[in-house]
Amino acid sequence: MSVFATISAFALPMTIAAILIAGIVHKVPLYESFTEGAKEGFTTSVSLIPHLVAMMVAVSVFRASGALQLFIQALSPLLHIIHFPAELVPLALLRPISGSGSLALVTDLFKHAGTDSFLGRVASTMQGSTDTTLYVLTVYYGSVGIRKPRYSVKVGLLSDLVSVFASIWAVSMMFGK
Amino acid sequence: MMNFIWFSLFMSGIIVAALTGRIHMVTEGVLTGAKDGVFISLGLISVIAFWLGMMKIAEESGLIQILSKRLRPFATWLYPSVPSDHPAMGALIANMSANILGLGNAATPLGLKAMQELQTLNGTSDVASDAMCTLLAMNTASLTLIPATMIGLRMEFHSKNPGEIIGSTILATLIATGAAIILDRFFRRTEQIRCRRRNRS
Repeated sequence: MSVFATISAFALPMTIAAILIAGIVHKVPLYESFTEGAKEGFTTSVSLIPHLVAMMVAVSVFRASGALQLFIQALSPLLHIIHFPAELVPLALLRPISGSGSLALVTDLFKHAGTDSFLGRVASTMQGSTDTTLYVLTVYYGSVGIRKPRYSVKVGLLSDLVSVFASIWAVSMMFGK
Repeated sequence: MMNFIWFSLFMSGIIVAALTGRIHMVTEGVLTGAKDGVFISLGLISVIAFWLGMMKIAEESGLIQILSKRLRPFATWLYPSVPSDHPAMGALIANMSANILGLGNAATPLGLKAMQELQTLNGTSDVASDAMCTLLAMNTASLTLIPATMIGLRMEFHSKNPGEIIGSTILATLIATGAAIILDRFFRRTEQIRCRRRNRS
Protein backbone atom coordinates (compact mmCIF):
# COMPACT_ATOMS: atom_id res chain seq x y z
CA MET A 1 0.00 0.00 0.00
CA SER A 2 3.02 2.31 -0.09
CA VAL A 3 1.94 3.25 -3.62
CA PHE A 4 -1.20 4.79 -2.19
CA ALA A 5 0.75 6.50 0.56
CA THR A 6 3.04 8.08 -2.05
CA ILE A 7 0.09 9.12 -4.20
CA SER A 8 -1.55 10.67 -1.14
CA ALA A 9 1.59 12.60 -0.18
CA PHE A 10 2.06 13.96 -3.71
CA ALA A 11 -1.62 14.56 -4.48
CA LEU A 12 -1.92 17.95 -2.82
CA PRO A 13 1.22 19.71 -4.13
CA MET A 14 0.68 18.19 -7.59
CA THR A 15 -2.94 19.37 -7.72
CA ILE A 16 -1.86 22.88 -6.82
CA ALA A 17 0.91 22.82 -9.45
CA ALA A 18 -1.46 21.49 -12.12
CA ILE A 19 -4.06 24.18 -11.42
CA LEU A 20 -1.43 26.94 -11.49
CA ILE A 21 0.15 25.65 -14.72
CA ALA A 22 -3.25 25.31 -16.43
CA GLY A 23 -4.02 28.85 -15.30
CA ILE A 24 -0.81 30.40 -16.62
CA VAL A 25 -1.06 28.50 -19.94
CA HIS A 26 -4.59 29.78 -20.49
CA LYS A 27 -3.60 33.34 -19.47
CA VAL A 28 -5.87 33.46 -16.43
CA PRO A 29 -5.12 36.46 -14.18
CA LEU A 30 -3.98 34.07 -11.41
CA TYR A 31 -3.73 36.49 -8.56
CA GLU A 32 -7.05 38.24 -9.23
CA SER A 33 -8.95 34.99 -9.78
CA PHE A 34 -7.52 33.49 -6.62
CA THR A 35 -8.48 36.42 -4.42
CA GLU A 36 -11.93 36.55 -5.96
CA GLY A 37 -12.53 32.88 -5.14
CA ALA A 38 -10.95 33.18 -1.72
CA LYS A 39 -13.38 35.96 -0.81
CA GLU A 40 -16.20 33.39 -0.98
CA GLY A 41 -14.30 31.23 1.50
CA PHE A 42 -14.65 33.91 4.12
CA THR A 43 -18.44 34.08 3.91
CA THR A 44 -18.69 30.27 3.81
CA SER A 45 -16.66 29.89 7.00
CA VAL A 46 -18.48 32.67 8.83
CA SER A 47 -21.84 31.16 7.93
CA LEU A 48 -20.66 27.92 9.56
CA ILE A 49 -20.23 29.60 12.98
CA PRO A 50 -23.85 29.32 14.22
CA HIS A 51 -24.09 25.68 13.09
CA LEU A 52 -20.81 24.67 14.66
CA VAL A 53 -21.53 26.48 17.93
CA ALA A 54 -24.99 24.89 18.19
CA MET A 55 -23.73 21.41 17.50
CA MET A 56 -20.48 21.59 19.44
CA VAL A 57 -22.35 22.77 22.55
CA ALA A 58 -24.83 19.88 22.39
CA VAL A 59 -22.14 17.30 21.66
CA SER A 60 -19.89 18.72 24.34
CA VAL A 61 -22.65 18.42 26.96
CA PHE A 62 -23.48 14.91 25.74
CA ARG A 63 -19.84 13.87 26.10
CA ALA A 64 -18.92 15.71 29.32
CA SER A 65 -21.96 14.34 31.16
CA GLY A 66 -20.94 10.75 30.46
CA ALA A 67 -24.01 10.10 28.31
CA LEU A 68 -21.88 9.28 25.25
CA GLN A 69 -19.97 6.66 27.26
CA LEU A 70 -23.25 5.06 28.40
CA PHE A 71 -24.60 5.05 24.85
CA ILE A 72 -21.48 3.36 23.48
CA GLN A 73 -21.48 0.81 26.32
CA ALA A 74 -25.09 -0.11 25.57
CA LEU A 75 -24.27 -0.68 21.90
CA SER A 76 -20.90 -2.37 22.40
CA PRO A 77 -22.00 -6.06 22.32
CA LEU A 78 -23.57 -5.56 18.90
CA LEU A 79 -20.63 -3.50 17.61
CA HIS A 80 -18.20 -6.12 18.84
CA ILE A 81 -19.88 -8.77 16.72
CA ILE A 82 -19.51 -6.74 13.50
CA HIS A 83 -16.02 -5.35 14.46
CA PHE A 84 -17.23 -1.75 14.39
CA PRO A 85 -15.27 0.88 16.39
CA ALA A 86 -17.73 2.19 19.01
CA GLU A 87 -16.35 5.73 18.95
CA LEU A 88 -17.51 6.11 15.33
CA VAL A 89 -21.18 5.31 16.03
CA PRO A 90 -22.31 8.91 16.69
CA LEU A 91 -20.57 10.12 13.52
CA ALA A 92 -22.06 7.35 11.38
CA LEU A 93 -25.53 8.20 12.69
CA LEU A 94 -25.24 11.97 12.27
CA ARG A 95 -23.41 12.15 8.91
CA PRO A 96 -26.49 11.74 6.66
CA ILE A 97 -28.51 14.21 8.74
CA SER A 98 -26.23 17.17 9.29
CA GLY A 99 -23.06 18.22 7.48
CA SER A 100 -21.97 20.83 10.00
CA GLY A 101 -23.10 18.64 12.90
CA SER A 102 -20.98 15.73 11.73
CA LEU A 103 -18.09 18.12 11.08
CA ALA A 104 -18.34 19.06 14.76
CA LEU A 105 -18.19 15.37 15.71
CA VAL A 106 -15.09 14.84 13.55
CA THR A 107 -13.48 17.81 15.29
CA ASP A 108 -14.34 16.28 18.63
CA LEU A 109 -12.73 12.98 17.54
CA PHE A 110 -9.61 14.83 16.34
CA LYS A 111 -9.27 16.48 19.74
CA HIS A 112 -9.59 13.22 21.65
CA ALA A 113 -7.99 10.63 19.35
CA GLY A 114 -5.73 12.80 17.15
CA THR A 115 -5.87 13.32 13.39
CA ASP A 116 -3.28 10.65 12.56
CA SER A 117 -4.83 7.84 14.61
CA PHE A 118 -6.93 5.07 13.10
CA LEU A 119 -10.12 6.77 14.32
CA GLY A 120 -8.98 10.16 13.05
CA ARG A 121 -8.26 8.78 9.60
CA VAL A 122 -11.52 6.84 9.37
CA ALA A 123 -13.48 9.90 10.49
CA SER A 124 -11.72 12.05 7.86
CA THR A 125 -12.42 9.46 5.17
CA MET A 126 -16.06 9.02 6.20
CA GLN A 127 -16.70 12.75 6.25
CA GLY A 128 -14.98 13.24 2.88
CA SER A 129 -16.49 10.32 1.00
CA THR A 130 -20.19 11.00 1.49
CA ASP A 131 -22.59 13.92 1.60
CA THR A 132 -25.40 15.05 3.88
CA THR A 133 -28.00 12.79 2.26
CA LEU A 134 -31.16 14.22 3.85
CA TYR A 135 -30.11 17.82 3.19
CA VAL A 136 -29.30 17.07 -0.46
CA LEU A 137 -32.63 15.27 -0.92
CA THR A 138 -34.59 18.13 0.64
CA VAL A 139 -32.87 20.92 -1.27
CA TYR A 140 -32.76 19.20 -4.68
CA TYR A 141 -36.32 17.88 -4.70
CA GLY A 142 -37.66 20.95 -2.92
CA SER A 143 -36.26 23.25 -5.62
CA VAL A 144 -38.52 21.78 -8.35
CA GLY A 145 -41.51 20.75 -6.25
CA ILE A 146 -41.00 16.96 -6.22
CA ARG A 147 -43.09 15.46 -3.42
CA LYS A 148 -42.62 11.77 -4.19
CA PRO A 149 -38.93 10.86 -4.08
CA ARG A 150 -39.65 7.18 -4.90
CA TYR A 151 -36.69 5.03 -3.79
CA SER A 152 -34.18 7.92 -3.45
CA VAL A 153 -34.16 8.00 0.36
CA LYS A 154 -33.43 4.25 0.50
CA VAL A 155 -30.62 4.53 -2.04
CA GLY A 156 -29.06 7.52 -0.26
CA LEU A 157 -29.08 6.03 3.22
CA LEU A 158 -27.96 2.56 2.13
CA SER A 159 -25.02 4.00 0.21
CA ASP A 160 -24.12 5.99 3.35
CA LEU A 161 -23.99 2.68 5.21
CA VAL A 162 -21.74 1.23 2.50
CA SER A 163 -19.52 4.30 2.77
CA VAL A 164 -19.07 3.84 6.55
CA PHE A 165 -17.79 0.29 6.13
CA ALA A 166 -15.81 1.17 3.00
CA SER A 167 -14.03 3.94 4.96
CA ILE A 168 -13.05 1.57 7.77
CA TRP A 169 -11.84 -0.97 5.23
CA ALA A 170 -9.91 1.55 3.11
CA VAL A 171 -8.13 3.06 6.12
CA SER A 172 -7.17 -0.27 7.68
CA MET A 173 -5.89 -1.44 4.31
CA MET A 174 -3.75 1.63 3.67
CA PHE A 175 -2.52 2.49 7.13
CA GLY A 176 -3.15 -0.65 9.20
CA LYS A 177 -5.26 -0.62 12.35
CA MET B 1 -35.14 15.55 12.55
CA MET B 2 -32.31 17.92 13.40
CA ASN B 3 -34.43 19.47 16.16
CA PHE B 4 -35.04 16.09 17.70
CA ILE B 5 -31.35 15.10 17.65
CA TRP B 6 -30.24 18.42 19.12
CA PHE B 7 -32.84 18.19 21.86
CA SER B 8 -31.94 14.56 22.68
CA LEU B 9 -28.21 15.30 22.91
CA PHE B 10 -28.86 18.12 25.40
CA MET B 11 -31.55 16.38 27.44
CA SER B 12 -29.81 13.02 27.76
CA GLY B 13 -26.64 14.88 28.74
CA ILE B 14 -28.41 16.92 31.42
CA ILE B 15 -30.30 13.90 32.78
CA VAL B 16 -27.21 11.65 32.93
CA ALA B 17 -25.18 14.44 34.57
CA ALA B 18 -27.89 15.03 37.15
CA LEU B 19 -28.21 11.32 37.99
CA THR B 20 -24.47 10.76 38.29
CA GLY B 21 -23.87 13.90 40.37
CA ARG B 22 -21.87 15.66 37.68
CA ILE B 23 -24.28 18.48 36.94
CA HIS B 24 -21.45 21.04 36.90
CA MET B 25 -20.10 19.28 33.80
CA VAL B 26 -23.09 20.58 31.83
CA THR B 27 -22.08 24.21 32.40
CA GLU B 28 -18.50 23.40 31.52
CA GLY B 29 -19.60 21.49 28.43
CA VAL B 30 -21.65 24.45 27.19
CA LEU B 31 -18.76 26.88 27.56
CA THR B 32 -16.07 24.73 25.95
CA GLY B 33 -18.43 23.62 23.18
CA ALA B 34 -19.35 27.16 22.21
CA LYS B 35 -15.75 28.30 22.28
CA ASP B 36 -14.65 25.34 20.13
CA GLY B 37 -17.40 26.08 17.61
CA VAL B 38 -16.22 29.65 17.08
CA PHE B 39 -12.52 28.80 17.00
CA ILE B 40 -12.97 26.02 14.47
CA SER B 41 -15.09 28.13 12.13
CA LEU B 42 -12.59 30.98 12.21
CA GLY B 43 -9.70 28.56 11.75
CA LEU B 44 -11.38 27.11 8.68
CA ILE B 45 -11.41 30.51 6.94
CA SER B 46 -7.75 30.13 5.97
CA VAL B 47 -8.08 26.77 4.24
CA ILE B 48 -11.50 27.19 2.68
CA ALA B 49 -10.40 30.55 1.30
CA PHE B 50 -7.27 28.95 -0.15
CA TRP B 51 -9.14 26.13 -1.90
CA LEU B 52 -11.93 28.27 -3.26
CA GLY B 53 -9.24 30.57 -4.65
CA MET B 54 -7.52 27.63 -6.35
CA MET B 55 -10.80 26.33 -7.71
CA LYS B 56 -11.59 29.72 -9.21
CA ILE B 57 -8.36 29.49 -11.21
CA ALA B 58 -9.26 25.92 -12.27
CA GLU B 59 -12.64 27.15 -13.43
CA GLU B 60 -11.29 30.07 -15.47
CA SER B 61 -8.45 28.09 -17.05
CA GLY B 62 -10.89 25.57 -18.50
CA LEU B 63 -9.73 22.61 -16.38
CA ILE B 64 -13.33 21.94 -15.42
CA GLN B 65 -14.44 21.97 -19.07
CA ILE B 66 -11.73 19.42 -19.93
CA LEU B 67 -12.99 17.18 -17.16
CA SER B 68 -16.54 17.63 -18.47
CA LYS B 69 -15.52 16.36 -21.91
CA ARG B 70 -13.98 13.23 -20.37
CA LEU B 71 -17.10 12.58 -18.34
CA ARG B 72 -19.57 12.76 -21.23
CA PRO B 73 -19.57 9.04 -22.21
CA PHE B 74 -20.02 8.06 -18.57
CA ALA B 75 -22.88 10.56 -18.19
CA THR B 76 -24.78 9.27 -21.23
CA TRP B 77 -24.47 5.73 -19.82
CA LEU B 78 -25.63 6.88 -16.39
CA TYR B 79 -28.62 8.88 -17.67
CA PRO B 80 -29.99 6.87 -20.62
CA SER B 81 -33.35 8.69 -20.50
CA VAL B 82 -31.79 12.14 -21.10
CA PRO B 83 -31.15 13.08 -24.77
CA SER B 84 -27.44 13.83 -25.15
CA ASP B 85 -28.08 17.23 -26.79
CA HIS B 86 -30.56 18.37 -24.12
CA PRO B 87 -29.40 21.20 -21.80
CA ALA B 88 -30.01 18.81 -18.88
CA MET B 89 -27.03 16.71 -20.00
CA GLY B 90 -24.69 19.70 -19.85
CA ALA B 91 -25.83 20.59 -16.35
CA LEU B 92 -25.55 16.97 -15.19
CA ILE B 93 -21.95 16.78 -16.43
CA ALA B 94 -21.05 20.14 -14.89
CA ASN B 95 -22.49 19.01 -11.55
CA MET B 96 -20.50 15.75 -11.70
CA SER B 97 -17.26 17.63 -12.49
CA ALA B 98 -17.77 20.03 -9.60
CA ASN B 99 -18.41 17.13 -7.23
CA ILE B 100 -15.29 15.29 -8.36
CA LEU B 101 -13.14 18.38 -7.78
CA GLY B 102 -14.64 18.75 -4.31
CA LEU B 103 -16.28 22.07 -5.23
CA GLY B 104 -19.16 21.64 -2.80
CA ASN B 105 -20.28 25.25 -3.20
CA ALA B 106 -20.33 25.10 -6.99
CA ALA B 107 -21.77 21.58 -7.17
CA THR B 108 -25.06 22.49 -5.48
CA PRO B 109 -26.10 25.33 -7.82
CA LEU B 110 -25.10 23.18 -10.83
CA GLY B 111 -27.08 20.25 -9.42
CA LEU B 112 -30.14 22.44 -8.93
CA LYS B 113 -29.81 23.63 -12.54
CA ALA B 114 -29.70 19.99 -13.68
CA MET B 115 -32.75 19.30 -11.53
CA GLN B 116 -34.73 22.12 -13.22
CA GLU B 117 -33.75 20.87 -16.68
CA LEU B 118 -34.80 17.35 -15.74
CA GLN B 119 -38.13 18.70 -14.51
CA THR B 120 -38.80 20.10 -18.02
CA LEU B 121 -38.38 16.53 -19.33
CA ASN B 122 -40.59 15.24 -16.52
CA GLY B 123 -43.50 17.61 -17.22
CA THR B 124 -44.89 19.31 -14.14
CA SER B 125 -45.12 16.09 -12.17
CA ASP B 126 -44.41 15.95 -8.43
CA VAL B 127 -43.01 12.43 -8.79
CA ALA B 128 -39.24 12.07 -9.24
CA SER B 129 -38.18 10.78 -12.68
CA ASP B 130 -35.63 7.99 -13.16
CA ALA B 131 -32.89 10.47 -14.06
CA MET B 132 -33.70 12.59 -10.98
CA CYS B 133 -33.28 9.55 -8.74
CA THR B 134 -29.89 8.84 -10.35
CA LEU B 135 -28.84 12.48 -9.92
CA LEU B 136 -29.73 12.30 -6.22
CA ALA B 137 -27.91 8.98 -5.81
CA MET B 138 -24.78 10.52 -7.37
CA ASN B 139 -24.95 13.63 -5.21
CA THR B 140 -25.67 11.95 -1.88
CA ALA B 141 -22.75 9.59 -2.45
CA SER B 142 -20.61 12.57 -3.57
CA LEU B 143 -17.77 11.28 -5.73
CA THR B 144 -14.84 13.39 -4.48
CA LEU B 145 -11.18 13.52 -5.49
CA ILE B 146 -10.00 16.35 -3.25
CA PRO B 147 -11.77 16.42 0.14
CA ALA B 148 -10.71 20.04 0.69
CA THR B 149 -12.65 20.72 3.89
CA MET B 150 -11.29 17.62 5.61
CA ILE B 151 -7.72 18.40 4.55
CA GLY B 152 -8.23 21.88 5.94
CA LEU B 153 -9.56 20.62 9.25
CA ARG B 154 -6.67 18.17 9.55
CA MET B 155 -4.22 21.05 8.98
CA GLU B 156 -5.99 22.96 11.74
CA PHE B 157 -5.33 20.09 14.13
CA HIS B 158 -1.63 19.81 13.19
CA SER B 159 -1.82 16.52 11.34
CA LYS B 160 1.63 15.32 10.22
CA ASN B 161 0.24 14.65 6.75
CA PRO B 162 -3.13 16.33 6.20
CA GLY B 163 -3.42 15.01 2.64
CA GLU B 164 -2.77 11.35 3.50
CA ILE B 165 -6.50 10.65 3.56
CA ILE B 166 -6.92 11.49 -0.14
CA GLY B 167 -6.17 7.89 -1.14
CA SER B 168 -8.54 6.28 1.33
CA THR B 169 -11.24 8.86 0.57
CA ILE B 170 -11.04 8.15 -3.18
CA LEU B 171 -11.26 4.42 -2.52
CA ALA B 172 -14.21 4.75 -0.12
CA THR B 173 -16.03 7.22 -2.34
CA LEU B 174 -15.62 4.96 -5.40
CA ILE B 175 -17.13 2.05 -3.48
CA ALA B 176 -19.98 4.21 -2.12
CA THR B 177 -20.72 5.74 -5.53
CA GLY B 178 -20.64 2.31 -7.15
CA ALA B 179 -23.04 1.06 -4.50
CA ALA B 180 -25.32 4.07 -5.08
CA ILE B 181 -25.47 3.39 -8.83
CA ILE B 182 -26.16 -0.32 -8.30
CA LEU B 183 -28.80 0.36 -5.62
CA ASP B 184 -30.44 2.97 -7.87
CA ARG B 185 -30.74 0.49 -10.74
CA PHE B 186 -31.78 -2.32 -8.41
CA PHE B 187 -34.65 -0.43 -6.77
CA ARG B 188 -35.78 0.87 -10.17
CA ARG B 189 -36.04 -2.70 -11.46
CA THR B 190 -37.91 -3.99 -8.40
CA GLU B 191 -40.30 -1.04 -8.75
CA GLN B 192 -40.90 -1.90 -12.43
CA ILE B 193 -41.54 -5.53 -11.60
CA ARG B 194 -43.96 -4.56 -8.84
CA CYS B 195 -45.81 -2.20 -11.22
CA ARG B 196 -46.11 -4.87 -13.90
CA ARG B 197 -47.53 -7.37 -11.40
CA ARG B 198 -50.05 -4.82 -10.18
CA ASN B 199 -51.16 -4.04 -13.75
CA ARG B 200 -51.65 -7.71 -14.53
CA SER B 201 -53.87 -8.46 -11.52
